[in-house]
Amino acid sequence: MKFSQTPLDQKNRRNEKLFRMLFMMMAVLLVLPVLAVLSVLIYKGGPALSWDFFITNPTQGMTAGGIWPALVGTMWLVAVALSVSVPLGVSAAIYLSEYAKDNWLTRVINLAIINLAGVPSIVHALFGLGAFVLFFGLGKSILAASLTLAVMTLPEIIVTSREAMQAVPRPFREASWSLGATRWQTIRHIVLPNSGSGILTGIILGVSRTVGETAPIMFTGAAFFLPYMPETVWDQTMAMSLHLFVVATQVPDAPEALPFGVALSLIAMVLTLNTLSIIFRTRLRRKKKW
Amino acid sequence: MVSTAKLEFRDLSIRYGSETALEGVNLSIKPNEIFGIIGPANSGKTSFLRSINRMDEMTTGMKVGGSVLLDGTDVRAWRNVFALRSRIGVVFPLPVGLPMTIRQNVTMAPRMKGIKNKAVLEELVERCLRRAALWDEVKDRLDSLGSMLSGGQQQRLTIARALSQEPDILLLDEFSIAVDPVTTMRIEDVLKELKEEMTIVLVTNLVQQARRLADRTAFFLNGKCIEIGETEDLFTSDSRDPLTRDYVEGRFG
Ligand SMILES: Nc1ncnc2c1ncn2[C@@H]1O[C@H](COP(=O)(O)OP(=O)(O)O)[C@@H](O)[C@H]1O
Ligand SMILES: [Mg+2]
Repeated sequence: MKFSQTPLDQKNRRNEKLFRMLFMMMAVLLVLPVLAVLSVLIYKGGPALSWDFFITNPTQGMTAGGIWPALVGTMWLVAVALSVSVPLGVSAAIYLSEYAKDNWLTRVINLAIINLAGVPSIVHALFGLGAFVLFFGLGKSILAASLTLAVMTLPEIIVTSREAMQAVPRPFREASWSLGATRWQTIRHIVLPNSGSGILTGIILGVSRTVGETAPIMFTGAAFFLPYMPETVWDQTMAMSLHLFVVATQVPDAPEALPFGVALSLIAMVLTLNTLSIIFRTRLRRKKKW
Repeated sequence: MVSTAKLEFRDLSIRYGSETALEGVNLSIKPNEIFGIIGPANSGKTSFLRSINRMDEMTTGMKVGGSVLLDGTDVRAWRNVFALRSRIGVVFPLPVGLPMTIRQNVTMAPRMKGIKNKAVLEELVERCLRRAALWDEVKDRLDSLGSMLSGGQQQRLTIARALSQEPDILLLDEFSIAVDPVTTMRIEDVLKELKEEMTIVLVTNLVQQARRLADRTAFFLNGKCIEIGETEDLFTSDSRDPLTRDYVEGRFG
């Protein structure tokens, strides 16, 4: 007896190969834009980079010099934004993961988070302008810009932190409660130590997004050019993302390498942050204690 | 009238949402006895244990009716539920070695109560691990992760952890499910010794384990307590419930 192939069998086998190839090509295509962006940036922006580029002020109407004030400004913005969004976001996540019952309040909060995550950044910008700059009278300042960024990254921090905490198996909590530990002691000694890396990953991803945002800070505290460095949170500041926008579009006689150099530095910052978060995540997986 | 029971259950019922897990249970457990509970899966044994240390408060939808008296006082009358829980040691079906070192596992309960003295904790670690028959195997690696131990060792670690609470009640829920037979025997020997100091409620999926250890045994089926009696009677008496007979003789389960 011989198993003969029906025409249908042959067609199925042919299709199997075809779809496999098709999907693989799509997946490979994905790598191309990344490579293209990186190689253009490195090719065109590479020559602009030097140690001096990072640590000197822009000069001659921003057509020469470096990016030092923008670099420092971005760090200010990120640091102040984090000091607000991390305590707020992690606390909210602890509430949602460890205390909240499944009732209408929880559902409202979850709905709010989902919606907040979907708000376009330009809307955040206008909200920041209206609320922080004008209504609370903070003026255009690092504080107002950072608060705007914090509001924008909150959903991400809340969602990743909550997921990290939910990944800690429930039997651990039950064992801890049975020992006579309170909810808070259980959170403190069992839940947080075992979700820390996951929470950190979320925070870093939040940061890497903040670093690139332009609109929300443009309206609320970032300046095109400042002859001085910020000293307090009430000052305005330059920032990497806005600086890139400015040298690319507003300074007609800037040498071509300059905007690409700024862009390359910005990408490098973001990639470094993303790499850090990947390292944390793998370390977390390897260190899993259960 | 002063009750001599360590634990007493009056018309205990347990519900999850609209589903009844246990109904109309009346029984009392004497001090220093090993009280066995046998019954097929989903008969309400775990729920029964959870009513004792008020775990219903940590579980959405779980409602306990009737009353549970500990030394004559309703457990719900305890203002400080954490003090109540720390008097009750619990061992779960799958060993839950908390994701921390062996030493930290054993010292967690006392640390939660604010005991910081190193010497006291050291002494406690050794004493509890010895009583749980684990000391010799782990004394050289107290600072390695508890979850790196084998299943049987982890289960003894959870017993040591429960002992660190210096409980007067020990609840065991099918502790041998993930434990090899040799370790099971060792733990059974430990339990026989512990009985001198505490009251033990032993939920078990192995009827022979109840027969080996329990002074008295209850048979649960489908959320009802079918029969309570001297353990030997449950296994041999002619007057026992036919359901009990069928179950202990392995005709269903
Ligand atoms: N957390 C829970 N939520 C909803 N139902 C539950 C929960 N825990 C147990 N039950 C139900 O209660 C009944 C008794 O379960 P359980 O007490 O675990 O029995 P056993 O320990 O004898 O297997 C089962 O029908 C089970 O489905
Ligand atoms: Mg059970």
